Amino acid sequence: MGTGAVMFAVLRRDLQAALRRGSEWSNPLLFFLMVCSLFPLGIGPERQQLAVLAPGIIWVVALLASMMATDGLFRGDYDDATLEQLLLSPLPLYPLVLAKTFGHWLVSGLPLSLLSPLLATILQLPSEGLAVLMVSLLLGTAVLSFIGAIGAALTVGLRKGGLLLSLIVLPLYIPVLIFGSAAVKSAIDGMAYLPPLAVLAALLMAALALAPLAIGGALRISVDQ
Amino acid sequence: MANWQWFHKWGSPRWFYQFSGRLLPWLAIPALLLLVGGCVWGLAFVPADFKQGNSFRIIYIHVPAAAVAMGGYMLMATAAAVHLIWRMKLAAIVMKSAAPIGAALTFLALLTGAVWGKPTWGTWWVWDARITSVLILFFLYLGLIALHQAFENRDAAARACAVLAIVGAVNIPIIYWSVEWWYSLHQPASIKFVGESTIHPTMLRPLMATLSGMYLFFGWVLLLFVRAEIIEREKNTRWVQALVSDK
Repeated sequence: MGTGAVMFAVLRRDLQAALRRGSEWSNPLLFFLMVCSLFPLGIGPERQQLAVLAPGIIWVVALLASMMATDGLFRGDYDDATLEQLLLSPLPLYPLVLAKTFGHWLVSGLPLSLLSPLLATILQLPSEGLAVLMVSLLLGTAVLSFIGAIGAALTVGLRKGGLLLSLIVLPLYIPVLIFGSAAVKSAIDGMAYLPPLAVLAALLMAALALAPLAIGGALRISVDQ
Repeated sequence: MANWQWFHKWGSPRWFYQFSGRLLPWLAIPALLLLVGGCVWGLAFVPADFKQGNSFRIIYIHVPAAAVAMGGYMLMATAAAVHLIWRMKLAAIVMKSAAPIGAALTFLALLTGAVWGKPTWGTWWVWDARITSVLILFFLYLGLIALHQAFENRDAAARACAVLAIVGAVNIPIIYWSVEWWYSLHQPASIKFVGESTIHPTMLRPLMATLSGMYLFFGWVLLLFVRAEIIEREKNTRWVQALVSDK
């Protein structure tokens, strides 16, 4: 099989598994929904106050939801030794890791981004920000998936990976959060929102080029130990 | 063919232990002299700042701690790369040892910054670009230490941490720029750190002394950590047992 065919096979298998086990893609979404609805209860339901905080809230919660989804990215494959087979295959690791990470984004980041306008409405986000929020989340969650995959690959062999994963990954998430919420805020304030979006896209390109190398190396270390 | 003996020497923990033992006093004595001397000079003999009064004198600890904390991360990431590329054990030990020292210095920088901020800015904490990126550096160090502790297998721990240290090193400039930009987007102009060129020479000279003292101090403490780790790892070898039974 060629590289493309294998990538497609990996992607299809992951998507099929995720669709059959519905909780894999629905749990992060439910988390996103529930935590976002906690904020008005904690802060108070005043419309203006929520409108100011909404971009930050949605971005932070989306980031946490994406991180929680990342924890299981390689776990199933590690437990049933599929990961070992992938590492043993003669194909380079880069495209395989790329396919796995992309598949993960399709079931975590993409639904989060698609659901975000609904939550934005609940949180009184001004309508000027809706489209930019969605685009920033589409780009940003993809970067988060790549960074999270590095953490997941490093911790997959550990019994208690979950909390550790967040300690490793959260500091690296910060640039994405800054530019993502900045884009939405600029759009609401009527300022140029394209520069932060362009930076997000640049981060995505850098992650696309470099992160699979780190993920592959980390997977080898986790499987070797 | 080039002579590679020097390179293989660095791969031998035993050689490094003996070599570093001779190096220790050459780091320790100047480090203490420069740190203590620089502090006394800065605290007692430099005239007070006309705006900040005496509170600026904390600069003689704050700036060296922050600078060495950042330099320490770069050293750690370099050691991580050396370990991954050449599988050099010593590099793994240096990487592991640098993390807690770097974390401690980063904490010191944050703490002294807060103490300095209270009289000058009227607040312990500002979400200023510089402060935020140092805080993130602190988190990166802590994440690395946590990851190292989570592994039972020492070699896997070293390699996993090496990957994380390098990823972090790639991210540090990105984080720095993002934080800088975030700050300029959302806050009106606020007090900035004094640039090096705008500091008066009488204040600068003791700072240079404590700064170089802090670098030497870092090297000294790093060597102590590395030597302790070498002894721990090689405790079953004959040379360590001979070394211990001699004393």
